[in-house]
Amino acid sequence: MSLISLKDVKFSYDKTNPAVDGVSFNVEKGEYIAVIGHNGSGKSTLARLINGLLSPDEGEIYVDDIKVGDKKTVFEVRKRVGVVFQNPDNQLVASIVEDDVAFGPENLGIPRKEIGERIDFALDAVGMQDFRKSSPTRLSGGQKQRVAIAGVLALKPQILILDESTAMLDPKGRKEVLSVVKKLNKEQAVTVLAITHYMEEVVDADRVIVLDSGKIVMQDTPREIFKREKELKEIGLELPLASYIANKMRKNGIELPEGVLTEQELSEALCK
Amino acid sequence: MKEMTFGQYYPTNSPVHKMNASVKILLVIAYIVAVFMVDYYHFLGLLACLFAIVIATVIARVPFGRMLKSIKGVIFLVVFSAVLQVFFNKQGTPLWEGGFITDEGLLTAGFITMRIVLIVLGASLLTLTTSPVELADGIEFLLYPLKYIKFPVHEFALIMSIALRFIPTLLEETDRIIKAQKARGANFESGNIFKRAKALIPVLIPLLISSFRRADELADAMDARCYAGSKVRTKYKKTTFGLGDLFGLLFFAGLIVGVVYLNGFYLYPYLVA
Repeated sequence: MSLISLKDVKFSYDKTNPAVDGVSFNVEKGEYIAVIGHNGSGKSTLARLINGLLSPDEGEIYVDDIKVGDKKTVFEVRKRVGVVFQNPDNQLVASIVEDDVAFGPENLGIPRKEIGERIDFALDAVGMQDFRKSSPTRLSGGQKQRVAIAGVLALKPQILILDESTAMLDPKGRKEVLSVVKKLNKEQAVTVLAITHYMEEVVDADRVIVLDSGKIVMQDTPREIFKREKELKEIGLELPLASYIANKMRKNGIELPEGVLTEQELSEALCK
Repeated sequence: MKEMTFGQYYPTNSPVHKMNASVKILLVIAYIVAVFMVDYYHFLGLLACLFAIVIATVIARVPFGRMLKSIKGVIFLVVFSAVLQVFFNKQGTPLWEGGFITDEGLLTAGFITMRIVLIVLGASLLTLTTSPVELADGIEFLLYPLKYIKFPVHEFALIMSIALRFIPTLLEETDRIIKAQKARGANFESGNIFKRAKALIPVLIPLLISSFRRADELADAMDARCYAGSKVRTKYKKTTFGLGDLFGLLFFAGLIVGVVYLNGFYLYPYLVA
């Protein structure tokens, strides 16, 4: 069975307007999935549903064959699904980096020696070992968010959900966080579900899920998704800059292949 | 705004930093008791306390500038009480014929100033050498007996450490809101004290609202990281009792003995009539 599977999941905050309206999809182990959609499309609600912060009104969610939404299994689910939220300041609990990373394992009742090993592992994975004893308030946004990722990694999750984790960062911080996440996906085989509205972050995903008003409207590889410029525009989404430029150039008679995604591809196509 | 150093941890690898936080809290309490045990005008006792805190600071490798900065926060209190003593203390002999400033007033002013400064130095040495988490752990340990009357000791300690953790974040936020309101034409600098206090309302309300939002997000983040209260929780930080703690205890016990002893010496015997 798939690592995550959603079957016809419905959820509403006020019992009238559904935030997530009949969503079904599966995620396999090791996949890098991007979830996009404009504000209010239900993408953040989806993250909360998968890790049991919210329980679905209808439908079923399974993570690693454990049913989500049961009071008894909630910690088993959360151990497997780590969520990194938007604002790094509001998810760091402690005033020292290593204490913050220790928070998760402490909650699970893990013995001291192993907590130390997990802190080492998590801080190495995000490249923040040098800041182990520093205070998060002195770090940059990107560094703080990397500490937040380390705090989640210390729980040794199989799945990492990024709930717009780069939205509040500057371009440099965004790059830092993304490269850490990509590395985790490749080297540690952590399954990633990246919720975002930066199209540049979608480009490297294995699969893209496009949400609009709580429903999945598209699901495909980034290359295929970004060929559908018109449909994306209708639901308030834009193309990555490189694809946008390529499309404009093609319209103006410059011969370019379809489905250009990155700046590198664009420049290569132009130089031919 | 960011200049608030009182209570900010200054990390070094000194023996004082490695001491048990509960022991350090007890020692600071002992130290404050010692400062209060010094009889009036027995400056030698205060000097002994000063000597003790200077030695502790040197061992902790905390720069003296840092320590002095923390006094800045209470400077108003110090000056206020000193001025009060100098001008309104009618005991003792006037310094000049018919003058209203007495020798005793001056001595009391000096004594009280030293006392406040010494206490602040002690308290800030504690917070400079002990991280908020350790401090909360230390308090949790000291409050442990209260568990038997169903006091939620762990939750209390966690609330405290989160409060400490958010002080710099909220200061930053306040700064940002003030700038935003200034950009909209708010005036914080002119007018009488009531006008100025009223001008702060548009700062406090957004701050309050955003604090609730932060609390909500933090709760989610803690939930997502499997927080479930104190039941199954382990602690990464070890609480140990080492040689440093023993030495500290002996040192401050010595200080109290010293203060009591020095109380026997009158610097100005003619004053204590």
